[in-house]
Amino acid sequence: MYRFNYHRASSLAQAAELRSGADDGVFLAGGMTLIPTLKQRLAAPTDVVDLAGIEGLSGITVGDTVTVGAMTPHADVAGSAAVQGAIPALADLAGRIGDAHVRNRGTIGGSIANSDPAADYPAAVVALNATVHTDRRDIAGEDFFLDLFETALEPGEIVTSVEFPVPARAAYAKFPNPASRYAIVGVMVAELDGAVRVGVTGAGPCAFRSAELEAALAGGLSAAALDGVSVPDGNLNSDLHASAAYRAHLVAVMARRAVAQLAG
Amino acid sequence: MEVTLTVNGADHTLDVPDNALLVELLRERLNLTGTHVGCDTSQCGACVVHMDGRAVKSCTVLAGQADGADVTTIEGIGTADALHPMQEAFRECHALQCGFCTPGMIMAAIDLVQTSDDLDEAAVRDGLEGNLCRCTGYHNIVRAVLSARDNM
Ligand SMILES: Cc1cc2nc3c(=O)[nH]c(=O)nc-3n(C[C@H](O)[C@H](O)[C@H](O)COP(=O)(O)OP(=O)(O)OC[C@H]3O[C@@H](n4cnc5c(N)ncnc54)[C@H](O)[C@@H]3O)c2cc1C
Ligand code: FES
Ligand code: FES
Repeated sequence: MYRFNYHRASSLAQAAELRSGADDGVFLAGGMTLIPTLKQRLAAPTDVVDLAGIEGLSGITVGDTVTVGAMTPHADVAGSAAVQGAIPALADLAGRIGDAHVRNRGTIGGSIANSDPAADYPAAVVALNATVHTDRRDIAGEDFFLDLFETALEPGEIVTSVEFPVPARAAYAKFPNPASRYAIVGVMVAELDGAVRVGVTGAGPCAFRSAELEAALAGGLSAAALDGVSVPDGNLNSDLHASAAYRAHLVAVMARRAVAQLAG
Repeated sequence: MEVTLTVNGADHTLDVPDNALLVELLRERLNLTGTHVGCDTSQCGACVVHMDGRAVKSCTVLAGQADGADVTTIEGIGTADALHPMQEAFRECHALQCGFCTPGMIMAAIDLVQTSDDLDEAAVRDGLEGNLCRCTGYHNIVRAVLSARDNM
């Protein structure tokens, strides 16, 4: 690792100040993405600002909506009886991220701020029409992911929580990379306010809603409605794990599995 | 920077570089070399320790993040005369060959047993997803964890 200065901020204002006062500052949450990146010398920040000491950034509130604090580890979401009751698909998704040790440290804020194309949470943020709360404003989930590792966050903006509306029903199906467990393709199908929404991760440069799948399912959530439906592969990723054409195929298969979960 | 933490019940205050990892603090400053570094890419789990009661990969935690934490390593769970039930089960079930993955495997397995309600074989295999063993083929490791489950 290159050298850097480590700071633990005690408030949002102090974190913002430490970062803006640095030559090249970066926030640290669970470190499950940032620390491997630093160890591989793929990043060389001058200052690392840890958000772990800021009160109120961690925890889950369940009411009309489910609000997950940015610093809440995946294991807490997966293990929360309240989340399991309100949005079982969200607890299920969180419980299938990486491995147990990654889930003990990695956070929802870090996951979405990174906009890794293979991350799981973005599928839920998009499918459930979540609202991303930051220290400056609210951002609609649909408008949050812009591109590969690119979000609507401005430099120095801190995610404080993610608020999920409670859907009538939802399910997540994932085709994991057998080595890393990251999603080669992950699809969340949700019925929200009478409409069907389909969020796709892993397949494209960032998470997106699938117009083709939503149109096919508009008449009702049945696997038969997806027969013969295909997803264009023009904008999808190709890498050593899967070609764009294979990913397009997997999107339809995962959508079918998610719908089957809802039926069964 | 200065880091104050509890390791295996003993309090320490150490001056470490800002970019020091928890595993470096444990192995190089406290000479607790039971915690291994297998991959250094956050994938193998050889470095797993308990931090504030949760299994974590100590190669992917900065020493600074562990300031104020309570850490338990493989050295802190049993002695040669009185092995932890999980250590005893690994010995009994021949759940190791070279032993390199074993400290992380045991720390992960203890956390798994403590945090699971009904642990069956599939749940053990899934729960040890983050721990790689190059020798055993996992079969005896799974047997050991299931056996320790009943004695913990
Ligand atoms: C072996 C392994 C397997 C994994 N498998 C999966 C998987 O299957 N699915 C999956 O989705 N993920 C997976 N991950 C990634 C994991 O979920 C990470 O925890 C997550 O992507 C990043 O969260 P973090 O809290 O660790 O963030 P960090 O690594 O601390 O930070 C990541 C980035 O986000 C920024 N950031 C963090 N918090 C905030 C905030 N509140 N506001 C603004 N910016 C912020 C940081 O500056 C940094 O740039 C895996 C990781 C590992 C090591
Ligand atoms: S050495 Fe930490 S995960 Fe391999
Ligand atoms: S016993 Fe050799 S790596 Fe597991």
